[in-house]
Amino acid sequence: MTDADKKRLLREMIFYRRFEDRCFEAYMERKVGGFLHLYSGQEAVATGVLEMAVTHQGEKNDYVITGYRDHIHAIKTGAKPREVMAELYGKETGSSKGRGGSMHIFDASQNFMGGYALVGQPFPLAAGLGMACKHKGTKQIAICFLGDGANNQGTFHETLNMASVWNLPVLFVCENNGYAIGTSLDRSTAQPQQYKRVDTAYNMKSSKHDGMDIDVVMSEAKKAIDYVRNESKPYFIEFITYRFRGHSMSDAKGYRTRDEEQEWEKRDPIKTYSDRLIKANVITADDIKAMEKEIDHEIEHDIIKFAEESPEPAVSDLNKYVLDDNPDPRWIGPLQK
Amino acid sequence: MAETAYWEAIRRAHDEEMARDKMVIAMGEDIGVAGGTYKATSGLYDKYGAERIIDTPISENSYTGIGIGASMAGMRPIIEIMSINFALLALDTIVNAAAKIRYMSGGQIACPIVMRTPGGTAHQLAAQHSARLARMFMSTSGLRVVTPRGPLDAYGMLKSAVRSNDPVIIIEHEQMYNLKEEIPDEEFFRPLEGAEIVREGSDITLIGYNYSVHLCLEAARRLQADGIHAEVLDLRALKPIDRETIRKSVEKTHNVLVAEEDEGPVGVGSEIITGIIEDCFYALDSQPVRIHAADVPVPYNHKLEKAAIPNADDVYHGALKALGKI
Repeated sequence: MTDADKKRLLREMIFYRRFEDRCFEAYMERKVGGFLHLYSGQEAVATGVLEMAVTHQGEKNDYVITGYRDHIHAIKTGAKPREVMAELYGKETGSSKGRGGSMHIFDASQNFMGGYALVGQPFPLAAGLGMACKHKGTKQIAICFLGDGANNQGTFHETLNMASVWNLPVLFVCENNGYAIGTSLDRSTAQPQQYKRVDTAYNMKSSKHDGMDIDVVMSEAKKAIDYVRNESKPYFIEFITYRFRGHSMSDAKGYRTRDEEQEWEKRDPIKTYSDRLIKANVITADDIKAMEKEIDHEIEHDIIKFAEESPEPAVSDLNKYVLDDNPDPRWIGPLQK
Repeated sequence: MAETAYWEAIRRAHDEEMARDKMVIAMGEDIGVAGGTYKATSGLYDKYGAERIIDTPISENSYTGIGIGASMAGMRPIIEIMSINFALLALDTIVNAAAKIRYMSGGQIACPIVMRTPGGTAHQLAAQHSARLARMFMSTSGLRVVTPRGPLDAYGMLKSAVRSNDPVIIIEHEQMYNLKEEIPDEEFFRPLEGAEIVREGSDITLIGYNYSVHLCLEAARRLQADGIHAEVLDLRALKPIDRETIRKSVEKTHNVLVAEEDEGPVGVGSEIITGIIEDCFYALDSQPVRIHAADVPVPYNHKLEKAAIPNADDVYHGALKALGKI
């Protein structure tokens, strides 16, 4: 990996942090409604895994799907940040035309197949995407990002079983941040080591790694992705991580201590990576400051501006997109009498 | 034309669509090696192989979800859910995913999936194998729900469902799989929308769907003997409902009865009659009548089961009641 790539990755992670911070502000300003789940703290996982996947290449991309903490996964797959922000603002220019909101970012043009609010629902959808890749004979794979909380849904067990029986090319990425909303793993899960719930139970390769260090994430994700792509078999990869903010905006965080949070903040993936790059003389502290300034400028003067100035959907379009808006009368009718 | 059983019609539609388009696959419990509980895919495993006629484990929610995911990436899966009771296990993926993905993605992603399932009572299968649930699916935005009454529609609507870009639920019936009808030898399609007048009449409109169309037809024959000319209307689709055809018929006959095998509350009859009141209230000469199942879990005991589920006699007497003859 070149120094330019390393700088880009650092910039991406800083951008993601600042983007989410700005979403927080927009929410406090009541510009953004509904539920808002921010990714701060977990950046190394999506950034590192998707750096190793095919992204930003339109329909050639690997398929990516995730839960409701989805802004960053969408952007790293290829969605435009200004469209993601416009979606949060409920605008017609949003990635889902203002119909989805924060939890339902979609960008079909980049094979980003959505954010879903039902915990565990993306498991089978991901396996179906993998099935389609296999059936079409492309070398694409499906990548499913979900948290540790999702692994107590039936869909986890049902899907991992089928993905394994049918050799579907799916990478299941478990972002283990230790909490299912406000309930810790040890209070909810008999086997807290998520990767151990997979190997013998579903005869699927699995492993566990540090999710706070992007270099670790990239090297482990590369191996897993190569395996899924080349063997056409599923793989379950667990990354231990931590979310720095609450589960959503309505989270008082009464379930974890300040001490614990401070311990994890020491392992901030952005700090870890920037310290490493500074030490290796890839970048200077001043470069990073300049980078941050540039990012803030972009967010304010391009992304937020676009979201603010975009039009809302027309109320007359309320009933669009429920079913196919231009159905073929041969299949749909009306019935010829 | 050849006399074809309902299950054969479904099988033929599968076969033709799978031969035409490699993206069409079928998934479900026991549909492959075992040939299918209702034989709807019999012989197709040998023809198309394990990758296209997929025997699933007993995991309704997730295999339906896998089909939905595959449909999002361009495949055309036909899911068989062995009994509509088991579709309750898949409600999350059907209602929260398939029905909503097009809308919440702003029209970017379609879910062209077909879900076939028998919904109805057979004989003494008791409460957990006798659900009908049509009313549950017809109340969900983003789905199409169709109810073929015989082999013609079973074939033609499945063909259309595979080609439509919407999620379609086809509600079949355990008591209809052996029902026979002449259907054309050449390929044809039957649309997913539109009610159909299956018997012309002038005195009362008997509205049914799926199996209850046959109850209405039998009742109409008996009414004929009494000098009453009943019109029988098959809804064909429960979502969307063809209110125009209903209105025209009611404006002709001025009396109406709706027969459903489901329980009454918040049901097909409630919905249809509300639509009639909204569309053509002043065309009515009498109070609309609903014929529906008793509001109980379906009992095992044969006599109790019979008492719980409507039959042609109930429709006949309901029509006489509507017309003030009893």
